[in-house]
Amino acid sequence: MIRKLWPYTRGCRRWIALGVICSGSEAVFELLLPLVMADIVGTGIPAGDTNYILTRGCLMVVMALVSMALGVSAAFLSSQAGQGFGANLRQAQYDRVQAYSFRNIEKFSTASLVTRLTNDCNMMQMTLMMSMRLLVRAPVMLVSALVLAVSISLKLSRVFLAALPLLLVMILLVIRRVSPLFSVFQERTDGVNLVVQENLSAVRVVKSFVREDYEEKKFQERNDALRQISEKAFGFVVINMPLMMLITYGTIIAVMWYGTPLVQAGELDVALLSTFFTYITQVLMSLMMVSMMMMMLTRSVACGKRIVEVLEEEPDIRDTGSGLQVRDGSVDFDHVFFKYNPEAGAWNLQDIDLHIPSGATVGVLGATGSAKSTLVQLIPRLYEASEGTVRVGGRPVGDYSLENLRNACAMVLQKNTLFSGTIRENLLWGDENASDQELEAACEAACAMEFIRRMPAGLDTDLGQGGVNVSGGQKQRLCIARAILKKPRVLILDDSTSAVDTATDAKIRAAFRSQLPDTTKIIIAQRVVSIMDADLIVVMDDGRIAETGTHRELMEKSEIYRDVYQSQQEGAEIHG
Amino acid sequence: MAEMKRGGPHGPHGGPRGGFQKPKNMGKTVSTLLRYVGRSKWLLGVVAVCLVLNVGCTVGGSYLLKPLINECIVPGDYPRLAQMLALLAGVYTCAALLSFTYARIMVHVSQRTTHAIRRDLFARMQRLPLSYFDAHTHGELMSRYTNDVETITEILNNGLVSLCSGALTFLGVVGVMLYLSPLLFLVTVFSLGLMLAVVMTVGKRSRRYFMAQQRDLGEINGYIEEMIEGQKVVKVFNHEKKAREGFTRRNEAYRRSAVSAQSFAGAMMPAMGNISHINYALTCCVGALLSIAMGLDLGSLVVYLQYTRQVSQPIGQMSQQVNNLLAAIAGAERVFEVMETAPEPDQGQTTLVHVSRGPGGELTEASGRSDGWAWKRPDGELVPLAGDVRFQDVVFGYTPEKTILNGISLYAKPGQKIAFVGSTGAGKTTITNLINRFYEIGGGLITYDGINVRDISKESLRRSLGVVLQDTHLFTGTIADNIRYGKLDATDQEVEAAARLANADVFIRHLPEGYNTWITDDGGSLSQGERQLLAIARAAVADPPVLILDEATSSIDTRTEKLIEAGMDHLMADRTVFVIAHRLSTVRNAKAIMVLEQGEIIERGDHDDLIAQGGKYYQLYTGQAELS
Repeated sequence: MIRKLWPYTRGCRRWIALGVICSGSEAVFELLLPLVMADIVGTGIPAGDTNYILTRGCLMVVMALVSMALGVSAAFLSSQAGQGFGANLRQAQYDRVQAYSFRNIEKFSTASLVTRLTNDCNMMQMTLMMSMRLLVRAPVMLVSALVLAVSISLKLSRVFLAALPLLLVMILLVIRRVSPLFSVFQERTDGVNLVVQENLSAVRVVKSFVREDYEEKKFQERNDALRQISEKAFGFVVINMPLMMLITYGTIIAVMWYGTPLVQAGELDVALLSTFFTYITQVLMSLMMVSMMMMMLTRSVACGKRIVEVLEEEPDIRDTGSGLQVRDGSVDFDHVFFKYNPEAGAWNLQDIDLHIPSGATVGVLGATGSAKSTLVQLIPRLYEASEGTVRVGGRPVGDYSLENLRNACAMVLQKNTLFSGTIRENLLWGDENASDQELEAACEAACAMEFIRRMPAGLDTDLGQGGVNVSGGQKQRLCIARAILKKPRVLILDDSTSAVDTATDAKIRAAFRSQLPDTTKIIIAQRVVSIMDADLIVVMDDGRIAETGTHRELMEKSEIYRDVYQSQQEGAEIHG
Repeated sequence: MAEMKRGGPHGPHGGPRGGFQKPKNMGKTVSTLLRYVGRSKWLLGVVAVCLVLNVGCTVGGSYLLKPLINECIVPGDYPRLAQMLALLAGVYTCAALLSFTYARIMVHVSQRTTHAIRRDLFARMQRLPLSYFDAHTHGELMSRYTNDVETITEILNNGLVSLCSGALTFLGVVGVMLYLSPLLFLVTVFSLGLMLAVVMTVGKRSRRYFMAQQRDLGEINGYIEEMIEGQKVVKVFNHEKKAREGFTRRNEAYRRSAVSAQSFAGAMMPAMGNISHINYALTCCVGALLSIAMGLDLGSLVVYLQYTRQVSQPIGQMSQQVNNLLAAIAGAERVFEVMETAPEPDQGQTTLVHVSRGPGGELTEASGRSDGWAWKRPDGELVPLAGDVRFQDVVFGYTPEKTILNGISLYAKPGQKIAFVGSTGAGKTTITNLINRFYEIGGGLITYDGINVRDISKESLRRSLGVVLQDTHLFTGTIADNIRYGKLDATDQEVEAAARLANADVFIRHLPEGYNTWITDDGGSLSQGERQLLAIARAAVADPPVLILDEATSSIDTRTEKLIEAGMDHLMADRTVFVIAHRLSTVRNAKAIMVLEQGEIIERGDHDDLIAQGGKYYQLYTGQAELS
């Protein structure tokens, strides 16, 4: 994983290198200080040499200042490196996601992609930063403390050498026990959050069915489980500290016991003996830090893996086309087959053979799940046909660059989105250079102008996140206006007027006829009236084209069509 | 009301930005928090005792070094050394045991407390009125559980104890230092002052940078959420380049502010640590000079130097914990705010009961499946449930400033199908929201079988009304679990019967594991239409006397709708049904059709009446007919 993420440290590597050097040197300085202290106490005091004491004292202060400079630099460098790394990762993921096809996005689900770009990235940058500050110190401190201890007294160092492996084993044991507990802990936290999240989005369902108590019980089960694992996990973590304390104190006592004969023999002075205490505590502290870091690392490994997944996912639609422009709005399907999941046995679309001349109005009708949306999404290459060819303007869609193709084919999706910002900003997505007149004309055509005029700030009304300040029908009309502004060769409406009332729906279609005569219009609808005046109506059934023809023809030959028509129309015939 | 749908993206970061706001009403929040923690008062007493003893042991343990050096090591008195070391070992063992004890207890206390807080928070959330959920985003409420409760756990797990033990250690060490050498303590006071100054100035600046960082973090997270959720639209509109520019700009802004914030926060530790080193150096020098000039003994000096290391630690530790503590209190305040919000008013005394009908037609309360339902008034009188719903001059607005319904009066006879027609925003959904009392009316009266709905307990009221909503929401679980949501004790047969009624049976059987297929992510793997069929099945299994269908079939194509029509007819038979639909074909056979416009009923009657009236309905209807 580190190997895979390492490339994203580009631009921060010198910060990392410098930061590691600073942290490491700071640790060394920290260990040298007690040695100078021992000089003062052990040599200066017995000799009564004031001068010596003062010069050594100054040396210590200077060393502390240098060490402070190093430490502060390490802090700055590590935040530079950590944040830079995080920013790179976020950018890389974002770019990757933008290159994804619809299929790729669906594989991850948007919610999980959002977490990967936000939480997981933050975790990674934090990890790098903390590693540079703390993780580096531990080995440096360990090694230098050992070297220094040996240089002070080889004999006494043995105590130290005996204690160290004990400490390391202890830490490893605790970590090994604790990290699986923490992954369970994480799962159960997610479990609690899931209940809350679903409860929030389904609050009306909960209230309508009077399921408050049931929801509480469900929550309480998860809550209990979470508490149980937290007590276990954190209960284990708290053993760490006292255990370490015991080992440290034990070592100090042993050092005193074995050190006294050395002091007596004149091999060691008391001051040097006390530097041993300092070293022991310091090494211990840095190991404590490591063990704390390990908790963080186990979590960040999981985050890192998730990020790598995003980065390694191959976008399955490649932008291979040239700068070719789409000539006209003709659309052809030549025996097209498609399935969402390549491993699946059944086709989602089977043997679609359909030829639409430029400028025609085509209606698509069919039952829920008959693959109407799938069919039209192949046109702007949101999905790639598994077999057969889809042509726009007479050429296979793969011949165009995605940008040119999608500029020529505007689509209003079934589940459409407006973005935070004003109405104007949203409309400009269609054409960023559109003038006010053009904007208004498009809104007029989509019957959106009537409500925009009623809004306090007109086109400059703020929509809020996700367009929460407009109703479903208004949203759909804005989305249509946005698509019209693209002045596309092919305009695709995927059930985009379902929340618009019939009269408005009719007005919008009339506007299409008069204002977009040369644009091919492909309209998916539930209501027959929305498409019955189309030049061609395609009736879909279970991934196949059941029938094509005009309203009149279909009324004669298609049973499905007649069925649908009558179910919606009998009233009109009696009274109309 | 479409305007009231605040689906909104609700990621993990929709919450208020930054944990650095200062709490507003500290006293009250702290006392509430203490009430929660106080449930473990005996344990907390034990913790306090352990804490004090532990600090005593560690401070005292270091003090033992002085006699050890002066009386054992320097003179080489081995028996005394052994004795002293044994004592030291005892003291240290005690310290370790005590520290384990209180840490373990605190884990228990903190988990118990947050467990209770989470439970109470969720319980209260279940009782809040819908208007509360309209006014608060999901992200905001989610962050009560994730961020806020988290900070409380954190402070209870570590913060509180290290704050107390830090303060105690500090006091203890200062005391011993003063005792050892008041003169040397002057040096210590100097460097402690320096540290305090650094904490204050750096802390202040870093807080400012942190605020900026949190703001930019919120900004980038919001942007990511919006762009990822709208990624399909981004692609369709070739907006990738622009979207990327916006992303890069925010990413860079966040990087910059985070670097400043993190640098300052990170600089604190080395700064403090090294000031303590300077202190150590100075103390060493001065101590050495004192020892030469005034004969300060070696043991005292060494011990003092050890203490010098100990005294600075609590300061850094505490300065950090104070921030955490403030964040936790601010978090607790937001949590308690939710808990203190008034729940849905429910003074209704009338309840819904099963009844059986005696030979003379008299009603008696019965348990389980029976002849029918009745309202039981507080005085014990039983009123048979008929499904007679009346609105009298009802006035309503979601906010006081904007009236949505203007003096609506309507009357649904039992067993009738009542339809509401009107353009989006006319107030159709609002009316149904008022029947089940999701919102309180501003004026007028709503009665249900002659009883004011305010007098009916909410639970009973809603139990009597089955609702299929415009937006379907499913829960993580199996298909069967989701249908069973309508009636928790439904048998498998009942579940399947309901699914067949809604015509959902066919698609369910096509799923890999049939009724046991697991759905996640709000049924993301199902189509909109399939989800609606499940929602209809869910209402069917509940078998309610009154049914409200709010655009229940809007995402079902008309052909499929026709297929479920038979089932729906069966479902609607002998029930009062309120139907909201865009498609006039769906409402044509209703007994009464109400045409709504801007919160008022402008026309009413059955289909033929309305066509004859030649008003709005006629226009709507012929608008459709004209095109044929």
